[in-house]
Amino acid sequence: MTDHVSLRSGVYADSVSLLQVSKQVAATPGVRDAQVAMATPLNLETLAVMGFDVPADASPNDMVVALRLDAASVETVSLEGALAAVDAALAAASAPRAAGDTAVAPPRTTATSLRDAPEETIVMVSVPGPSAFVEAMDAVEAGHDVMVFSDNVPLDQEVALKQAAATRDVLVMGPDCGTAVVGGVGLGFANVVRPGPVGVVAASGTGTQQILALLDQAGVGVSAALGVGGRDLSAAVGGRSTRTALARLDADPATTHVVLVSKPPAAEVADAISAYAESLSVPVELVLLSADTDLTGGTEALLATLDVPTPTWRRWGVPDAVHGPGRLRGLFVGGTLCDEAMLVATQELGPIRSNIPLTGDDALDAASVLAGDLGDEHVMIDFGDDALTVGRAHPMIDPTLRLAALAHTAADADTAVVLLDVVLGHGAEPDPAASLAPAIADARATAAAEHGRTLPVVVTLVGTRSDPQDLERQAAALAEAGAYVFSSNAEATRHAVALVAPVPATTAGEAR
Amino acid sequence: MTAAPTVVTVGTSLLADAIDEQAVVARRVDWQPPMPGTADDLAAVAADPLRAEANARAVAAYLGVTAQLVDVLPASEALGLQRGDFLHAGPPIDWERASGPMRGALMGAAALEGLVADPEDAPAFFRAGAGAGYTLDPCHHHHAVGPMAGVVTPSMWVFVLEDASTGARTYCPLNEGLGKVLRYGAYSDDVLARLRWMSSVLGPVLQRAVRSAGPVDVTALLAQMLQMGDEAHNRNRAGTLMLLRDLVPAMIRSGSRAGDVADAVAFVGGNDHFFLNLAMPACKLALDAARDIEGSTMVVAMARNGTDFGIQVSGTGDQWFTGPAQVADGLYLGSYGPDDANPDIGDSAITETAGIGGFAMATAPAIVRLVGGSVPDALATTRRMGEITLAENPRWTIPVLEFAGTPTGIDVTRVCRTSILPQINTGMAGRVAGTGQVGAGLVTPPTEIFPAALAALAERAHERAAGRAPTE
Repeated sequence: MTDHVSLRSGVYADSVSLLQVSKQVAATPGVRDAQVAMATPLNLETLAVMGFDVPADASPNDMVVALRLDAASVETVSLEGALAAVDAALAAASAPRAAGDTAVAPPRTTATSLRDAPEETIVMVSVPGPSAFVEAMDAVEAGHDVMVFSDNVPLDQEVALKQAAATRDVLVMGPDCGTAVVGGVGLGFANVVRPGPVGVVAASGTGTQQILALLDQAGVGVSAALGVGGRDLSAAVGGRSTRTALARLDADPATTHVVLVSKPPAAEVADAISAYAESLSVPVELVLLSADTDLTGGTEALLATLDVPTPTWRRWGVPDAVHGPGRLRGLFVGGTLCDEAMLVATQELGPIRSNIPLTGDDALDAASVLAGDLGDEHVMIDFGDDALTVGRAHPMIDPTLRLAALAHTAADADTAVVLLDVVLGHGAEPDPAASLAPAIADARATAAAEHGRTLPVVVTLVGTRSDPQDLERQAAALAEAGAYVFSSNAEATRHAVALVAPVPATTAGEAR
Repeated sequence: MTAAPTVVTVGTSLLADAIDEQAVVARRVDWQPPMPGTADDLAAVAADPLRAEANARAVAAYLGVTAQLVDVLPASEALGLQRGDFLHAGPPIDWERASGPMRGALMGAAALEGLVADPEDAPAFFRAGAGAGYTLDPCHHHHAVGPMAGVVTPSMWVFVLEDASTGARTYCPLNEGLGKVLRYGAYSDDVLARLRWMSSVLGPVLQRAVRSAGPVDVTALLAQMLQMGDEAHNRNRAGTLMLLRDLVPAMIRSGSRAGDVADAVAFVGGNDHFFLNLAMPACKLALDAARDIEGSTMVVAMARNGTDFGIQVSGTGDQWFTGPAQVADGLYLGSYGPDDANPDIGDSAITETAGIGGFAMATAPAIVRLVGGSVPDALATTRRMGEITLAENPRWTIPVLEFAGTPTGIDVTRVCRTSILPQINTGMAGRVAGTGQVGAGLVTPPTEIFPAALAALAERAHERAAGRAPTE
């Protein structure tokens, strides 16, 4: 071993830099120990313990360079080399560093993002269901409205969230709220609509979108669209968000008419909400979906109160003049559209099997849907249902599952008519027809090739002229592929139903 | 409802993109899944109706404390310690599980108190167990904090800090300096000689000065230090000098021998860490005020005994949540290396618990290379700690961050949600008893203690929701 100790007078570096220098030099091959330090009493003691012989005249203003070289490597690493390493490390320690990343990292929780947020900030939560409540609660506690796009949020968490919101006059939209328009900004899946007098309160997303699109076609604008989530009017949740949303719109000077859209709620909740709606100064049109009430009809009723003539709802393409035999297969991305279609079709066709059935007897499990096994009855599938979106994007973003089901269905000789929906707007696929139109053409070709017949494909196209996907282009592409395209889901469903040979209710479900 | 709102988005980037397309720039949260297995407990605690107000109360109580140095006393007098009583840092531990530096400090302290003739005789004394006539208890259980091994015995002198509004008190021994010192586990004759001098000269000199100069506002000194480049854990230079500024006139006038005063001033002035032992009890005093608030998820203590790292949480009483202490990542003195370092030790993480130390790294550019590289890293560290804390401390501000308050009140739920662990600046003790300090660096708590604390909070929330009394 070779020891080297030298003093550098009048040179100073802070102790931290010198620790780093020592570390670097010690990492030089052949250097066993390296201690570069100011000659303070403590450091001198350390050096003595290490066995270095430091000159007695060292003062705290001197820098000590102490090196111990391995005997074996003295040949290859000269003392000069080691000292050069010291010089290099000292120079590096005092050199200005390359500019680090001074950008401020984005916030990691909703709570921190809201610390300096303006009062009118809205939070949109779309994290996986098990984590949605915690983020939404951050918003509620900070006094901000929140839209919970996430699905698979447990019911008790929804109740807790809405209870907390009620005490702070905060609006919770959702969970499982697909669509909202606030201050002209569309949240989630939202169509581009003109400003206007109508406020929409809706339990779910695609129902809202149908109404927005039909109002747009009639030339009527919207002040706000507030989603409340599909369970808000259940007995457990009790319409908490519906009340808050109605109150907001009642207080909004831009809103002169309100339309409230929901599946049939629990009877006592329906009564309470109806009573509440009547207590408001703004007129509220209740559209509670049933066999007798659909979204198109509700919109028409609203237009009547606005004194706006109802237009002829647009259609594109040419109808197939074909009648059954076989079954109607509805493959939907919109839950409310699927619901509405079932309510409309059931009157003529009897029970319809579904993963979101009108009655429990008609339930079709998610596994069967994924396997393409739709049985041989009338079927309507909601591909946006929670069970089909666990760990997967909504079908308005990711069409994979529905496209697979369409191909499967077309190959089934029992399929008489396919009913589809296409929903445009912000958040949805940038060009849904790009994949769906060829799939429709393929489906019709498959039916023709395998069974020698025409397979009618009926499509509901929900969108406005201003939507980013270009409504006319989408409609044209779908019609070109052979689909008959409607802007009204109720009308589309009635058309599809008419194409299917009626099956007596008594034998429905026994046809196999 | 007509003005375009600001939109905060958390989750799917596609939906944030859809906002951006509408010429409203979404403020995106960089969300990541919570620590594994914590989602249910996080939801349960988030739903706890007590939580929000409990945390607000905890923060307010913490911020309401002004820590004043009111006296300097022997531990026998201040803490009622009797011969054979030993306090130590961190969560409870016995001799068998104690690490090298903890054993070394206990050995030295046993000799200091005359319980053994030679420190080397002490292991037999401690191995004999409770029947041998000694007690071993955490400082934290006695309103005290001790740096590193944190061993406090009756003859050692302690600072006495008091909250003027409540009269609550906390205690911390006097700082011994650096290098071979008892708190790092060294126990040689010169270590014991220094401790005896501290008890016979330094303590009384400081006592007379504090009593005649009147209370020293430690909370206010901390505010000034943070503006002067001290983060008050690994750098206390400004604080130490300001303390001398406040006390030296009184030391000179108070009747102590001139030579003793000179020795005391030289000792304190020569030890940049002297003020740490005032910062620590000041932090503990403020955090103790936030204890025992049912429903609060705020961490009120982080402490290590060299074997275990433990935390205590406001809403779970005196329960410790512990895991194995980690070895710090840092720089080593002399030829020491990672193999020489003991796992993390000491109550000094009370400074980080209170929002300084590693949490205030941005204010201490002089030491950033020791504990994390570059100045931008230091700024990022302080900002990152803001992600896991409930508030900012308006009294303790950081100039370079536009005078933002230091991040205050570690929230168990935020730690579990973000997986961001508290950043602690620390010294490293030698693994072998008697070694002393071997380096300094950065350390974090073991991850698992936060989900454990969260589970306990969730359990209490469930119990309350079910109408049953919370269990300890």
